[in-house]
Amino acid sequence: MKIRYFAWLRERTGTSEETIELPETVKTAGELMIWLAARDEGYAFAFEQPETIRIAVNQEHVEEDHVLSGTEEVAFFPPMTGG
Amino acid sequence: MSNSTTTEFTVRVQAEDFDVLAETEILAKGRKDVGAIVTFTGLCRDEGGTLEALELEHYPGMAEAQISKFAQQAVERWPLTGLTIIHRFGKIPPGDNIVLVIATSSHRRAAFEASDFLMDFLKTQAPFWKKEHLKEASEGTWVEAKAVDDADAARWDEQKTK
Repeated sequence: MKIRYFAWLRERTGTSEETIELPETVKTAGELMIWLAARDEGYAFAFEQPETIRIAVNQEHVEEDHVLSGTEEVAFFPPMTGG
Repeated sequence: MSNSTTTEFTVRVQAEDFDVLAETEILAKGRKDVGAIVTFTGLCRDEGGTLEALELEHYPGMAEAQISKFAQQAVERWPLTGLTIIHRFGKIPPGDNIVLVIATSSHRRAAFEASDFLMDFLKTQAPFWKKEHLKEASEGTWVEAKAVDDADAARWDEQKTK
């Protein structure tokens, strides 16, 4: 599945997008954040406050209990500041 | 009252500047049913002379989709004759345009309310992020979302359930 990061999540992970194989133990978008945070220091820093992070699946806003199938495009980003 | 067709709208996400007058003319020219035009233009402030530029990052595809979703809600909720929304991305210096909403209608109330509604949702639901580059700082800082913007967006839900 494709994962995209925006704003300070992109900067802290050092990645704008990547493709991963969804681990079998990861069921939801919230669990994916915990799994990503365990990767390295940059990811740990990016996901240190998961409750502040917004999630989109296939470009629609979802909550952290959203169940993943492994073929979606998932995006993580801070609260939006457009307009 | 006939309401058989929904008004079409224009949504653009672009790096280039926009021309408010030209965009307004597109919605009003050659029509005699337009009684009200409301335009909202959001500009980049210089924050008391301290700001070098704003950098706007966006999520291509989702930005257009989210704005279109709220534009669709607006044309269903208010009797608009036209609607255009343009949001810029990239590096924007103080004084430059960032966002444009133009709503036209037969009467003013619909045009005012639809513009207000759209700006509230652009601020909180459209995937854009602002980074401030200050003159006196080597690194930019991300602008934090404001609780007041969420409260503004929530107003429209309360009105819906009344």
